[in-house]
Amino acid sequence: MNEKPEKLIDKKGLRLDGRKADELRPLKLQVGVLPNADGSAYIEHGKNKILAAAFGPREMHPKHLAQADRMVLRCRYHMAPFSVQERKSPAPSRREVELSKVIKESLEPALFHELYPRTGVDVFVEVLQADGGTRCASITAAALAIADAGVPMRDLVVACAAGKVDDTIVLDLYDAEDKLGVADVPVAYMPSLNAVTLLQMDGILTPAEFEKAVNMAMDGCRKIYELQKEALKTKYMVVKEVEE
Amino acid sequence: MPTFFEKKQLVTPGELLAEGDYLPGENTYVEENKIFASRIGLVDSDNKKVNVVALRAFYVPKVGDIVIGTVAEVGFNGWTIDIKSPYTALLRASDVLSRPFKPQNDELSQVLNAGDLIVAKIASYDRAHDPQLTVGEPGLGKITRGQILRVTPTKIPRVIGRKGSMISMIKQETNCQIILGLNGVILVTGKNPEDEELAIAAIRKIEQESHTSGLTDRITQLLKEKKAKVEEKLE
Amino acid sequence: MSSSITRVRLKQIEELIAKGQRLDERGLRDYREIKIEQGLIERAEGSARVLLGKTEILVGVKVETGEPFPDTPNEGVQTVNAELVPIASPNFEPGPPDENSIELARVVDRGIRESKAIDTLKLCIEPGKKVFVVFVDVYVLNHDGNLIDASALAAMAALLNTKMPNYEIKDGELKIKQGYTPLPMKSHPITVTVGKINNSLIVDPGLEEEQVMDSRLSMAVNDDGNICAIQKGGSGYFTPQQILEASKIAQEKAAELRKKLEW
Repeated sequence: MNEKPEKLIDKKGLRLDGRKADELRPLKLQVGVLPNADGSAYIEHGKNKILAAAFGPREMHPKHLAQADRMVLRCRYHMAPFSVQERKSPAPSRREVELSKVIKESLEPALFHELYPRTGVDVFVEVLQADGGTRCASITAAALAIADAGVPMRDLVVACAAGKVDDTIVLDLYDAEDKLGVADVPVAYMPSLNAVTLLQMDGILTPAEFEKAVNMAMDGCRKIYELQKEALKTKYMVVKEVEE
Repeated sequence: MPTFFEKKQLVTPGELLAEGDYLPGENTYVEENKIFASRIGLVDSDNKKVNVVALRAFYVPKVGDIVIGTVAEVGFNGWTIDIKSPYTALLRASDVLSRPFKPQNDELSQVLNAGDLIVAKIASYDRAHDPQLTVGEPGLGKITRGQILRVTPTKIPRVIGRKGSMISMIKQETNCQIILGLNGVILVTGKNPEDEELAIAAIRKIEQESHTSGLTDRITQLLKEKKAKVEEKLE
Repeated sequence: MSSSITRVRLKQIEELIAKGQRLDERGLRDYREIKIEQGLIERAEGSARVLLGKTEILVGVKVETGEPFPDTPNEGVQTVNAELVPIASPNFEPGPPDENSIELARVVDRGIRESKAIDTLKLCIEPGKKVFVVFVDVYVLNHDGNLIDASALAAMAALLNTKMPNYEIKDGELKIKQGYTPLPMKSHPITVTVGKINNSLIVDPGLEEEQVMDSRLSMAVNDDGNICAIQKGGSGYFTPQQILEASKIAQEKAAELRKKLEW
């Protein structure tokens, strides 16, 4: 364990990794990376490296979990044992169970559940390397995997966190800021519908700081949304070049 | 009452397509008088109707559709058939035997066994019940030869082409029988594997380039080139 | 949770809410009656029972000694567990905790932890080696909706009731002495859950309302009126305006409850 640095933000207002307060980490998104999944996506968000796969809609197994009038979404968020500094046991932790639930609930508002009764869609998220903000990066990738599977969606769901580090509200906390910062507010958002589908917080914020953090996180989401759309189009656009 | 797209523009789920006096077509939905895309695809409008031709979708059964499926399981009075859809299809023993089914005498696995391929028609299907198949019409039933390939079901109309022009051209050029399952499964049967490979290559190219123009010409070109190569080898 | 509510009832609730009314004649921003009883389990170092309408929660606190976490060698350990006991609802099944009970435990835990309610620095016996571990066990005895607020309240009531054993260290050995001192507490978070039914926001959703509700936002508010933990749940969404409205509601209701509780 390293000693806690005295300041996470320097005199110029820059963060330890050199970013400005409202700057995102570098992002890379790729769609259709897993041949055996119906849909898939890979995200690199800072040092986070995450794979998401979607299967279905398909028959539910076990069958009694099927709903007569709707499609069921199931999610599993899982961290690889080597994804963090100290090896993590591969058995699902309580944190992973909770995150699986909130990730599922952040994606559900995007789906037309009534269209495909008695079926299920399974989303599997594997965190290969974690660097703070894995739930947000997972949601961004999972939404792309679902879209890539051809499951109709109201909008892509995109997620990003904001938080408070020292005395400053900042966007997109990385590992050290997440651990040593004052507060973390992950937000998932459907930009076209102006709908927030995940909101969590830990740490302490005044109501005014909270409002600022939510708005900053939504701004971050809108930026990532553009990259998300681009990544999805890239997979399906390749063929267009043939013409030229 | 504007629209927000150019013809054949590539759109993603959630993209705003039109506002006001338009009708939502395929792969779109309405929210507060605005029409949005719900799948990745190419947007187009037909009068006041806004459609997205999906580039990725799955097959949802429709009564009367011809599909190609694989026997997944032999049951006690019929078979379950995988038709590459969210719903597994059923084929009743009595439909195949054309007479009442007698569990004492009839060994179903000798008629159709797991892994067998069939061409069938969707006889019934609704939200509450899995699709039922029938093979009781000419041209339907067990497949004994040929090769199978899968495409996204939304691409089948492009394989057919305008008034069937594309598919008849491929059949003619390759001397293959081709059955198009609306579930995206295609059966190609030729006199020899080379012909079948040729037809498959053509269909793969259509799948890849389905949303580009001048496709028929490029497919004709491809078939001619490949045929020439095969003939070269034979000489 | 599987739906046990009829469509007629569902519609009735929706129509009432749209008119600003509820099944039990509460206003949209009213809590059900709250009753708190402390210290009813003698074997536990602290305990409390909360009745929120018919929702009933029992929390027992056990204090034991154990090792600190390596990254906080000078701090005691807080752990929260929740059991959705089968006696509380026909929908609860025996077995290992499912996602609902894990979420409940983690939301209660977060409210206490993030507001720094327990003064964990005062729970250190020997830095890096021995500290007090505070086990907060939430027992749901009857489920009639809004388990989160009732459990958070019961957990705080039980912690405020908790007595630590007096001790001394003799020759490197821990010796328990006569008498008790209260568990050192620094703040008193109150968690308020706001439910969304169509476009109306309500507080303290009952069991039937939860089945109509498309999403919820639970916010823990500390003594200063600041927010210290949030959890969104359910398969619906909130608009940004609704989130700000919900946070205002949470602050108001927390202040109101705080007055009643005299925390």
